[in-house]
Amino acid sequence: MRTFRIVLWTLVVVAAIGATVLFFTRPQVVNGPGGGQFALVDQRGNPADNSVFLGKPSLLFFGYTHCPDVCPTTMGEMQGWFAALGDEAKTLQGVFVTVDPARDTPEILGDYVSFVSDRIVGLTGSEAEIDKVVRDWGALAEKVPQDDGGYLMNHTASVFLVNSKGEFAGTIAYGENTSTALDKIRRLVANS
Amino acid sequence: MNRILTGALALLLLASPLAAPAQDNPAPAAATITLGDIEISGAFTRATLPNAPVGAGYLTITNKGTADDRLMSANSPVAGMTQIHEMKMEGDVMKMTELPDGLAIPAGGTVSLAPGGLHIMFMKLNQAFAEGTTIPVTLTFEKAGSVDIDLAVGPINADEPSHDMAGH
Repeated sequence: MRTFRIVLWTLVVVAAIGATVLFFTRPQVVNGPGGGQFALVDQRGNPADNSVFLGKPSLLFFGYTHCPDVCPTTMGEMQGWFAALGDEAKTLQGVFVTVDPARDTPEILGDYVSFVSDRIVGLTGSEAEIDKVVRDWGALAEKVPQDDGGYLMNHTASVFLVNSKGEFAGTIAYGENTSTALDKIRRLVANS
Repeated sequence: MNRILTGALALLLLASPLAAPAQDNPAPAAATITLGDIEISGAFTRATLPNAPVGAGYLTITNKGTADDRLMSANSPVAGMTQIHEMKMEGDVMKMTELPDGLAIPAGGTVSLAPGGLHIMFMKLNQAFAEGTTIPVTLTFEKAGSVDIDLAVGPINADEPSHDMAGH
Protein backbone atom coordinates (compact mmCIF):
# COMPACT_ATOMS: atom_id res chain seq x y z
CA MET A 1 0.00 0.00 0.00
CA ARG A 2 2.84 2.31 0.93
CA THR A 3 4.61 1.54 -2.35
CA PHE A 4 1.40 2.28 -4.23
CA ARG A 5 1.17 5.66 -2.52
CA ILE A 6 4.78 6.49 -3.38
CA VAL A 7 4.19 5.55 -7.00
CA LEU A 8 1.09 7.74 -7.11
CA TRP A 9 2.87 10.72 -5.56
CA THR A 10 5.78 10.26 -7.96
CA LEU A 11 3.35 10.36 -10.83
CA VAL A 12 1.81 13.58 -9.48
CA VAL A 13 5.23 15.20 -9.21
CA VAL A 14 6.21 14.08 -12.71
CA ALA A 15 2.95 15.45 -14.09
CA ALA A 16 3.48 18.77 -12.29
CA ILE A 17 7.03 19.09 -13.63
CA GLY A 18 5.81 18.16 -17.11
CA ALA A 19 3.08 20.78 -16.99
CA THR A 20 5.55 23.42 -15.81
CA VAL A 21 7.98 22.58 -18.61
CA LEU A 22 5.18 22.67 -21.17
CA PHE A 23 3.97 26.02 -19.79
CA PHE A 24 7.37 27.66 -20.15
CA THR A 25 8.27 26.12 -23.50
CA ARG A 26 4.90 26.68 -25.19
CA PRO A 27 5.12 28.59 -28.46
CA GLN A 28 5.02 32.31 -27.80
CA VAL A 29 1.80 33.97 -28.90
CA VAL A 30 2.67 35.91 -32.04
CA ASN A 31 1.53 39.53 -32.15
CA GLY A 32 -1.77 39.96 -33.92
CA PRO A 33 -1.75 40.97 -37.56
CA GLY A 34 -0.91 44.55 -38.43
CA GLY A 35 1.12 47.02 -36.48
CA GLY A 36 4.11 47.02 -38.83
CA GLN A 37 5.28 50.25 -40.42
CA PHE A 38 4.87 50.83 -44.12
CA ALA A 39 5.52 53.58 -46.65
CA LEU A 40 3.14 53.46 -49.60
CA VAL A 41 1.39 55.97 -51.86
CA ASP A 42 -2.33 56.60 -52.13
CA GLN A 43 -4.34 56.96 -55.34
CA ARG A 44 -3.50 60.66 -55.52
CA GLY A 45 0.19 59.89 -55.39
CA ASN A 46 0.55 61.17 -51.81
CA PRO A 47 2.70 59.27 -49.35
CA ALA A 48 0.68 57.06 -47.04
CA ASP A 49 1.82 55.24 -43.91
CA ASN A 50 0.20 53.55 -40.93
CA SER A 51 -1.51 56.79 -39.97
CA VAL A 52 -4.02 56.06 -42.72
CA PHE A 53 -5.72 53.78 -40.17
CA LEU A 54 -5.70 56.23 -37.27
CA GLY A 55 -8.84 57.95 -36.08
CA LYS A 56 -11.35 55.92 -38.06
CA PRO A 57 -12.37 52.29 -38.40
CA SER A 58 -11.24 50.63 -41.64
CA LEU A 59 -12.06 47.69 -43.84
CA LEU A 60 -8.73 46.51 -45.23
CA PHE A 61 -8.64 44.43 -48.39
CA PHE A 62 -5.76 43.07 -50.44
CA GLY A 63 -6.57 42.82 -54.15
CA TYR A 64 -5.60 43.93 -57.66
CA THR A 65 -7.30 45.43 -60.67
CA HIS A 66 -6.59 42.40 -62.92
CA CYS A 67 -8.66 40.29 -60.50
CA PRO A 68 -11.64 38.72 -62.22
CA ASP A 69 -13.94 37.57 -59.45
CA VAL A 70 -12.98 38.00 -55.80
CA CYS A 71 -12.05 41.69 -55.94
CA PRO A 72 -15.07 42.95 -57.89
CA THR A 73 -17.28 40.79 -55.66
CA THR A 74 -15.77 42.23 -52.51
CA MET A 75 -15.84 45.78 -53.87
CA GLY A 76 -19.53 45.30 -54.67
CA GLU A 77 -20.14 44.03 -51.16
CA MET A 78 -18.23 46.92 -49.61
CA GLN A 79 -20.34 49.31 -51.64
CA GLY A 80 -23.42 47.57 -50.23
CA TRP A 81 -22.12 47.73 -46.64
CA PHE A 82 -21.48 51.48 -46.87
CA ALA A 83 -24.97 51.98 -48.27
CA ALA A 84 -26.65 49.76 -45.68
CA LEU A 85 -24.90 51.38 -42.71
CA GLY A 86 -25.24 54.97 -43.91
CA ASP A 87 -24.97 57.38 -40.97
CA GLU A 88 -24.32 54.50 -38.57
CA ALA A 89 -20.78 54.30 -39.89
CA LYS A 90 -19.95 57.79 -41.11
CA THR A 91 -16.25 57.48 -40.34
CA LEU A 92 -15.83 53.98 -41.77
CA GLN A 93 -13.37 53.79 -44.67
CA GLY A 94 -12.19 51.10 -47.05
CA VAL A 95 -8.46 50.59 -47.63
CA PHE A 96 -7.58 48.66 -50.78
CA VAL A 97 -3.92 47.59 -50.84
CA THR A 98 -2.89 46.27 -54.23
CA VAL A 99 -0.92 43.02 -54.31
CA ASP A 100 0.12 43.88 -57.88
CA PRO A 101 2.00 47.19 -57.56
CA ALA A 102 3.80 46.63 -60.89
CA ARG A 103 0.56 47.09 -62.81
CA ASP A 104 -1.55 49.05 -60.32
CA THR A 105 -0.24 52.59 -60.46
CA PRO A 106 -1.91 55.23 -58.26
CA GLU A 107 -3.96 56.46 -61.27
CA ILE A 108 -5.16 52.99 -62.29
CA LEU A 109 -6.00 52.08 -58.71
CA GLY A 110 -7.64 55.46 -58.15
CA ASP A 111 -10.15 55.06 -61.00
CA TYR A 112 -10.88 51.55 -59.80
CA VAL A 113 -11.61 52.25 -56.14
CA SER A 114 -13.34 55.58 -56.63
CA PHE A 115 -15.80 53.95 -59.02
CA VAL A 116 -16.87 51.78 -56.08
CA SER A 117 -16.93 54.47 -53.41
CA ASP A 118 -15.26 57.76 -52.52
CA ARG A 119 -14.66 56.25 -49.09
CA ILE A 120 -12.07 53.76 -50.30
CA VAL A 121 -8.38 54.62 -50.19
CA GLY A 122 -6.25 52.79 -52.75
CA LEU A 123 -2.66 52.08 -51.71
CA THR A 124 0.23 50.99 -53.91
CA GLY A 125 4.01 51.31 -53.72
CA SER A 126 7.23 49.40 -54.16
CA GLU A 127 7.09 45.64 -54.29
CA ALA A 128 9.19 45.44 -51.11
CA GLU A 129 6.79 47.68 -49.14
CA ILE A 130 3.74 45.84 -50.44
CA ASP A 131 5.32 42.51 -49.45
CA LYS A 132 5.90 43.93 -45.98
CA VAL A 133 2.29 45.04 -45.51
CA VAL A 134 0.97 41.72 -46.80
CA ARG A 135 3.23 39.86 -44.36
CA ASP A 136 2.46 42.15 -41.43
CA TRP A 137 -1.22 41.48 -41.78
CA GLY A 138 -0.72 37.74 -42.09
CA ALA A 139 -2.10 37.86 -45.62
CA LEU A 140 -0.79 36.02 -48.64
CA ALA A 141 -0.18 37.02 -52.24
CA GLU A 142 1.57 34.94 -54.86
CA LYS A 143 2.09 35.35 -58.56
CA VAL A 144 0.66 32.68 -60.85
CA PRO A 145 2.39 32.92 -64.23
CA GLN A 146 0.29 32.42 -67.36
CA ASP A 147 1.38 30.79 -70.61
CA ASP A 148 1.42 34.11 -72.45
CA GLY A 149 3.88 35.70 -70.03
CA GLY A 150 1.17 37.45 -68.06
CA TYR A 151 0.19 36.50 -64.55
CA LEU A 152 -2.63 36.31 -62.07
CA MET A 153 -2.39 36.60 -58.30
CA ASN A 154 -3.59 34.19 -55.66
CA HIS A 155 -4.37 36.28 -52.61
CA THR A 156 -6.14 36.41 -49.27
CA ALA A 157 -9.82 36.98 -49.94
CA SER A 158 -10.89 38.09 -46.46
CA VAL A 159 -11.59 41.67 -45.45
CA PHE A 160 -9.64 42.72 -42.33
CA LEU A 161 -11.41 44.82 -39.73
CA VAL A 162 -9.07 47.49 -38.35
CA ASN A 163 -10.01 49.72 -35.41
CA SER A 164 -9.28 53.43 -35.17
CA LYS A 165 -5.98 52.71 -33.41
CA GLY A 166 -4.84 50.73 -36.43
CA GLU A 167 -5.23 47.41 -34.63
CA PHE A 168 -6.54 44.19 -36.09
CA ALA A 169 -10.11 43.58 -34.92
CA GLY A 170 -11.24 40.54 -36.91
CA THR A 171 -12.08 39.53 -40.46
CA ILE A 172 -15.02 39.19 -42.78
CA ALA A 173 -14.66 35.99 -44.79
CA TYR A 174 -15.13 35.93 -48.56
CA GLY A 175 -18.81 35.36 -49.23
CA GLU A 176 -19.83 35.97 -45.60
CA ASN A 177 -23.55 36.72 -45.46
CA THR A 178 -24.52 40.36 -45.40
CA SER A 179 -26.14 40.49 -41.96
CA THR A 180 -23.13 38.83 -40.28
CA ALA A 181 -20.79 41.19 -42.09
CA LEU A 182 -22.86 44.22 -41.06
CA ASP A 183 -22.93 43.05 -37.42
CA LYS A 184 -19.14 42.74 -37.44
CA ILE A 185 -18.75 46.22 -38.92
CA ARG A 186 -21.21 47.70 -36.40
CA ARG A 187 -19.18 46.16 -33.58
CA LEU A 188 -15.97 47.52 -35.12
CA VAL A 189 -17.45 51.01 -35.36
CA ALA A 190 -18.82 50.83 -31.80
CA ASN A 191 -15.41 49.80 -30.45
CA SER A 192 -13.45 52.35 -32.44
CA MET B 1 -66.83 11.98 -47.29
CA ASN B 2 -63.67 12.70 -45.34
CA ARG B 3 -61.70 10.45 -47.60
CA ILE B 4 -62.96 12.23 -50.71
CA LEU B 5 -62.06 15.60 -49.21
CA THR B 6 -58.57 14.39 -48.32
CA GLY B 7 -58.14 13.04 -51.83
CA ALA B 8 -59.27 16.30 -53.36
CA LEU B 9 -56.93 18.23 -51.10
CA ALA B 10 -54.01 16.01 -52.02
CA LEU B 11 -54.76 16.51 -55.71
CA LEU B 12 -54.96 20.26 -55.20
CA LEU B 13 -51.62 20.27 -53.38
CA LEU B 14 -50.00 18.25 -56.13
CA ALA B 15 -51.28 20.59 -58.77
CA SER B 16 -50.33 23.72 -56.87
CA PRO B 17 -47.06 25.48 -57.53
CA LEU B 18 -46.10 24.76 -53.90
CA ALA B 19 -45.50 21.16 -54.83
CA ALA B 20 -43.03 22.13 -57.54
CA PRO B 21 -39.40 22.58 -56.54
CA ALA B 22 -38.74 26.17 -55.54
CA GLN B 23 -36.86 28.15 -58.16
CA ASP B 24 -35.85 31.49 -56.72
CA ASN B 25 -33.81 32.97 -59.50
CA PRO B 26 -34.87 31.54 -62.81
CA ALA B 27 -32.84 32.58 -65.80
CA PRO B 28 -34.94 34.35 -68.42
CA ALA B 29 -36.61 31.68 -70.52
CA ALA B 30 -35.51 33.31 -73.76
CA ALA B 31 -31.90 32.97 -72.68
CA THR B 32 -31.95 29.17 -72.74
CA ILE B 33 -29.98 27.90 -75.69
CA THR B 34 -30.02 24.35 -76.97
CA LEU B 35 -27.20 22.74 -78.89
CA GLY B 36 -27.90 19.06 -79.50
CA ASP B 37 -28.10 17.49 -76.05
CA ILE B 38 -26.57 20.53 -74.39
CA GLU B 39 -28.73 23.20 -72.82
CA ILE B 40 -27.21 26.52 -71.73
CA SER B 41 -29.05 28.92 -69.45
CA GLY B 42 -28.58 31.87 -67.15
CA ALA B 43 -25.55 33.25 -68.97
CA PHE B 44 -24.30 36.49 -67.47
CA THR B 45 -21.26 38.52 -66.61
CA ARG B 46 -20.62 41.60 -64.50
CA ALA B 47 -19.84 45.17 -65.40
CA THR B 48 -16.08 45.57 -65.16
CA LEU B 49 -14.56 48.10 -62.79
CA PRO B 50 -12.51 50.88 -64.40
CA ASN B 51 -9.10 49.63 -65.60
CA ALA B 52 -9.96 46.00 -64.90
CA PRO B 53 -8.83 44.25 -68.10
CA VAL B 54 -10.48 41.01 -67.03
CA GLY B 55 -13.98 39.67 -66.63
CA ALA B 56 -15.65 36.42 -65.69
CA GLY B 57 -18.56 34.72 -67.44
CA TYR B 58 -21.10 32.57 -65.65
CA LEU B 59 -23.69 30.12 -66.97
CA THR B 60 -25.34 26.78 -66.36
CA ILE B 61 -24.80 23.85 -68.70
CA THR B 62 -27.05 20.79 -68.70
CA ASN B 63 -26.30 17.65 -70.66
CA LYS B 64 -29.61 15.99 -71.51
CA GLY B 65 -27.98 13.22 -73.50
CA THR B 66 -26.66 9.80 -72.54
CA ALA B 67 -23.03 10.51 -73.47
CA ASP B 68 -20.60 12.66 -71.53
CA ASP B 69 -19.55 15.87 -73.21
CA ARG B 70 -16.93 18.48 -72.47
CA LEU B 71 -16.75 22.25 -72.73
CA MET B 72 -13.43 22.53 -74.56
CA SER B 73 -13.07 26.27 -75.02
CA ALA B 74 -14.67 29.67 -75.01
CA ASN B 75 -13.82 32.57 -77.29
CA SER B 76 -14.94 36.13 -77.48
CA PRO B 77 -14.04 39.03 -79.77
CA VAL B 78 -13.87 41.29 -76.69
CA ALA B 79 -11.01 39.34 -75.10
CA GLY B 80 -7.48 38.67 -76.31
CA MET B 81 -7.48 35.45 -74.31
CA THR B 82 -10.28 33.36 -72.87
CA GLN B 83 -9.85 30.39 -70.54
CA ILE B 84 -11.97 28.09 -68.45
CA HIS B 85 -11.07 28.52 -64.79
CA GLU B 86 -11.70 26.90 -61.49
CA MET B 87 -11.42 28.75 -58.19
CA LYS B 88 -11.01 27.21 -54.78
CA MET B 89 -10.56 28.64 -51.33
CA GLU B 90 -7.49 27.29 -49.55
CA GLY B 91 -7.69 28.65 -46.05
CA ASP B 92 -8.65 32.24 -46.71
CA VAL B 93 -6.72 32.40 -49.97
CA MET B 94 -8.58 32.18 -53.25
CA LYS B 95 -6.65 30.09 -55.75
CA MET B 96 -7.45 30.15 -59.40
CA THR B 97 -6.36 27.57 -61.92
CA GLU B 98 -6.96 27.14 -65.63
CA LEU B 99 -8.64 23.92 -66.72
CA PRO B 100 -6.56 23.27 -69.86
CA ASP B 101 -8.52 20.15 -70.75
CA GLY B 102 -11.84 21.91 -70.44
CA LEU B 103 -14.76 21.10 -68.23
CA ALA B 104 -16.56 17.75 -68.19
CA ILE B 105 -20.34 17.91 -68.60
CA PRO B 106 -21.46 14.41 -67.57
CA ALA B 107 -24.41 12.72 -69.25
CA GLY B 108 -27.59 13.76 -67.50
CA GLY B 109 -25.66 16.23 -65.37
CA THR B 110 -25.71 19.96 -64.82
CA VAL B 111 -22.60 22.05 -64.27
CA SER B 112 -22.88 25.60 -62.95
CA LEU B 113 -20.29 28.23 -63.59
CA ALA B 114 -21.00 30.74 -60.82
CA PRO B 115 -19.26 33.50 -58.83
CA GLY B 116 -16.69 32.08 -56.42
CA GLY B 117 -16.22 28.90 -58.44
CA LEU B 118 -15.99 27.84 -62.06
CA HIS B 119 -16.01 30.63 -64.62
CA ILE B 120 -15.06 31.60 -68.12
CA MET B 121 -12.16 33.99 -67.69
CA PHE B 122 -11.82 36.82 -70.19
CA MET B 123 -8.40 38.42 -70.27
CA LYS B 124 -6.83 41.24 -72.26
CA LEU B 125 -10.21 42.88 -72.72
CA ASN B 126 -10.37 45.33 -75.56
CA GLN B 127 -13.45 46.98 -74.10
CA ALA B 128 -15.05 47.45 -70.71
CA PHE B 129 -18.20 45.47 -69.91
CA ALA B 130 -20.98 48.00 -69.46
CA GLU B 131 -24.04 47.12 -67.42
CA GLY B 132 -27.08 46.50 -69.60
CA THR B 133 -25.12 45.41 -72.67
CA THR B 134 -24.27 41.90 -73.82
CA ILE B 135 -20.98 40.15 -74.47
CA PRO B 136 -20.82 37.60 -77.31
CA VAL B 137 -19.10 34.30 -76.60
CA THR B 138 -18.58 31.18 -78.68
CA LEU B 139 -18.60 27.97 -76.65
CA THR B 140 -17.11 24.83 -78.16
CA PHE B 141 -18.10 21.41 -76.88
CA GLU B 142 -16.24 18.21 -77.72
CA LYS B 143 -19.35 16.44 -79.07
CA ALA B 144 -22.14 18.98 -79.38
CA GLY B 145 -20.04 21.42 -81.40
CA SER B 146 -19.99 25.20 -81.21
CA VAL B 147 -22.61 27.75 -80.30
CA ASP B 148 -22.69 31.53 -80.05
CA ILE B 149 -24.30 32.94 -76.92
CA ASP B 150 -24.66 36.38 -75.36
CA LEU B 151 -23.79 37.07 -71.76
CA ALA B 152 -26.01 39.73 -70.22
CA VAL B 153 -23.88 42.27 -68.33
CA GLY B 154 -25.23 42.83 -64.82
CA PRO B 155 -24.01 45.15 -62.03
CA ILE B 156 -20.45 44.80 -60.67
CA ASN B 157 -21.63 42.49 -57.91
CA ALA B 158 -24.28 40.53 -59.83
CA ASP B 159 -24.43 36.98 -58.57
CA GLU B 160 -27.22 35.75 -60.79
CA PRO B 161 -28.62 36.61 -64.20
CA SER B 162 -30.88 39.62 -63.99
CA HIS B 163 -34.62 39.02 -64.38
CA ASP B 164 -35.32 41.94 -66.66
CA MET B 165 -32.51 41.14 -69.05
CA ALA B 166 -34.45 38.77 -71.23
CA GLY B 167 -31.58 37.97 -73.56
CA HIS B 168 -32.71 38.69 -77.06
